[in-house]
Amino acid sequence: MNRRNFLRNTGFVAAGSLFVPAFMKPLEAMALDELSLYKNLVVVQLSGGNDGLNTVIPFGNDIYYQKRNSIAIKPEEVIKLNNMQGLNPNMAALQEIYDQGWMTIINDVGYPNPDRSHFRSMDIWQTGSDSNQFLSTGWIGRYLDSNCQTCKFPYTAIEVDDSLSLAMKGQTKKGIALKDPATLFRNTNDPFFKAMLQNDKEHLDEDNLGYLYKTMIETSSSASYIQNTSKIYQSKSTYPTSGFANQLKTVSKFISSGLKTRVYYVSLSGFDTHVNQTGQQGNLLKQYSEGMAAFLKDLKSNNKLEDTLVITFSEFGRRVEQNASNGTDHGTANNMFVFGGKLKKQGIFNAAPNLSDLDTGDLKYQLDFRQVYGTILDKWLDVNNADILNKKFNTLDFI
Amino acid sequence: MSAKDNFIKVKHLYNRAGFGISYADLEKLSKKNLTKVVDNLLKDSQKNDPINLVNDYESRRQLLVQAGLYSKKELTDEEKKMRQEIIREQNEVSRDLNIAFITKMINTDAPLKEKMTLFWHGHFACRSNNPFFAQQLNNIQRTNALGSFKTLLVEVSKSPAMLQYLNNQQNRKGKPNENFARELMELFTLGRGNYTEQDIKESARSFTGWMYDKDGSFIFRQNLHDAGTKTFFGKIGNFEGENIIDIILEKPETAQFIARKVYKFFVNDNPNEDHIKELATHFYNSKYDIASMMKKLFTSDWFYSPENVGTKIKSPAEFLVGLSREFYVTYNKPQVLIQLQSSLGQYLFNPPNVAGWPGGQSWIDSSSLMLRMRIPSLVLNDGEIDFSGKADPEDEAVIALSRTATTNANANMKPKSYVNANADWPKFLNTLPKGLTPLELTEFLLQPKLNTKITTMVSDNKGLRSTAVEITSMPEYQLC
Repeated sequence: MNRRNFLRNTGFVAAGSLFVPAFMKPLEAMALDELSLYKNLVVVQLSGGNDGLNTVIPFGNDIYYQKRNSIAIKPEEVIKLNNMQGLNPNMAALQEIYDQGWMTIINDVGYPNPDRSHFRSMDIWQTGSDSNQFLSTGWIGRYLDSNCQTCKFPYTAIEVDDSLSLAMKGQTKKGIALKDPATLFRNTNDPFFKAMLQNDKEHLDEDNLGYLYKTMIETSSSASYIQNTSKIYQSKSTYPTSGFANQLKTVSKFISSGLKTRVYYVSLSGFDTHVNQTGQQGNLLKQYSEGMAAFLKDLKSNNKLEDTLVITFSEFGRRVEQNASNGTDHGTANNMFVFGGKLKKQGIFNAAPNLSDLDTGDLKYQLDFRQVYGTILDKWLDVNNADILNKKFNTLDFI
Repeated sequence: MSAKDNFIKVKHLYNRAGFGISYADLEKLSKKNLTKVVDNLLKDSQKNDPINLVNDYESRRQLLVQAGLYSKKELTDEEKKMRQEIIREQNEVSRDLNIAFITKMINTDAPLKEKMTLFWHGHFACRSNNPFFAQQLNNIQRTNALGSFKTLLVEVSKSPAMLQYLNNQQNRKGKPNENFARELMELFTLGRGNYTEQDIKESARSFTGWMYDKDGSFIFRQNLHDAGTKTFFGKIGNFEGENIIDIILEKPETAQFIARKVYKFFVNDNPNEDHIKELATHFYNSKYDIASMMKKLFTSDWFYSPENVGTKIKSPAEFLVGLSREFYVTYNKPQVLIQLQSSLGQYLFNPPNVAGWPGGQSWIDSSSLMLRMRIPSLVLNDGEIDFSGKADPEDEAVIALSRTATTNANANMKPKSYVNANADWPKFLNTLPKGLTPLELTEFLLQPKLNTKITTMVSDNKGLRSTAVEITSMPEYQLC
């Protein structure tokens, strides 16, 4: 028995051939019938509360310069988009994307009674809850639960990471987390893992043991599907060398190889900049923009840009006024970015934040983030947003 | 009752009321009457054994410094450094506190007490940046773990950790903050649907003035308290916080809510309404005596019926603690215990929100199951782990401060870490009777009934050690 490898090497080790137990066949077979045009959503999370006002800079508003005397970006450095707002100079890679009409900026997105804790606020954004409501399922998880036509498989939603975010967990269905399809495939294809799944029909009941085996089978099945479908595809595009760009490269590989995944989730951390913010944030915005630009161009060259919608959010924005340490403290409303080849409204979607009408120093939100989710659910993922968000949100006209 | 029968029951009892049992202890205890075994478990929990890691004096000094700094508008460079240094120290001590709690569960000889503490840790879920506050709340939950629920509830409600977390610090006459009052009823006592918005408003008024001072001690600030007349559940009076708690405890719904939660934690995710009612009535009639309810539960026939044995998914804490206890594991780099908790979805002292960890099947997804199946071989065979997990939102500040860390922020570039643990194999093997077969060891290590697949798998095994690693890597080992 090859199990010894497992014990010696302490991980699941690559060995043995691809082996699908007979009882798993139906799942594999189903997957083949459903090749159709796939519209993908890619969700990008900027963790730590990105300072939106130094990302999309209101250079046309004097108040910005008054309140941020040492960290404001000088007007001559701003990449101007209109006569009020422009991008941080570190985001130069996105200028071309913007000019192509592949980018929409939504200003002032928030929710009532905002929470300034990273944890709680991230929960709110990931679950789509009200600020005084606690949900244990995420908005994408509930989309999976909705039994949409293509929601049967765990790989309907993939997070390119080691662990799964709350956003991706539903009541009965969950997405799958993987950093690298080959590793997951190797792990699930280990002889020990396979031995566990052999002849195990008796475990597929509704009880907890059945649930564990079902999860194993789905993981194994998804790993095979993802590996076999995506291994043929080789990207010809060049990506910058950063972890973030790598995640997007993996997503592009999946999309371009025709993987039937509807939602991808990636994140970039490090935005909790309270001290000497400009260098740090600039660094991250550069990584973000260069990765994103490479990704979008790659999709374009594979004719996948029209089928792809990308959104970017952060759990909150920052206070309008800088703090005493050349940074900014936790605030409220923030901008969101939308990318894609089929945007209905390109450029800047709505009015710039009003810096003279603040709520004790914080921006007042113009749009609820669930209107953005609602729009995507209704118009892109083809489900009724009220079923997922627990109440109906008015949709917006960006797609 | 046959000895074999009792063997299974005592094993089940120790899995649920504690974190497992050694073969030697199991053999000894299964010769005893079950009620006696339960009584002993309760007796073992009587000693007061708090965690005293965080230095009281140093913490109070830091609190005073922080209070002074907060009141200033502009900080000097020196003061900024001081503030950062305090935050850095607090984060470090918070990590040590986490390790102290999990290590206590691994090493305790009062397993029921620590298991109950873990239960209350999830029930009165709270986050605090201040490790002194967090330790104090944890000790309140430990000291009262099997005592009076009323005392526990009052002490939790007066703890600086909870007053801060649920904003009662901002709850004052004329400007009520309802956060604490709402969670008190929704999550700590009555449960949703058993109170009105008006009840929340009136009780919030009653808790005005419940605060802690800059020294970190509870204080009732009379001048911030709304002394006016309140109407709460139809009763009229100049209520203060403790009156509200008394009225809440008069309502049987509170006993039902707690009994249901206890049942789901200790017995089964799927509630059996008759059994919950039985527990709740007993709890209510005993005037909320927790030990009495637990004794009732552990001596009920239904607790030992097949549908409740080997059918619960272990929480990450139960999984890690159980494995470490079972094989006498020492962690040379205990920080890995934090990494594992975080990757498995239960980072102690950091619940997802005030509702605690949802539990049950929500513990398991594709990635957490894969990791769970790998951990035993990593821990028991001292392996390398390339599972970096996500950055904790509160680590973001640390990441943001370090340029190099940010470049590596995306896990692909994080260095691999080693579990660096040692199982005491000789000690473990010594607890086993001479001539124990791999199959018998399997029967001992797994709680669900064995099927032919498993019996076939281990039938050709030679060594007990390799069998143990193999068995603990199975999905069946995730159940207790």
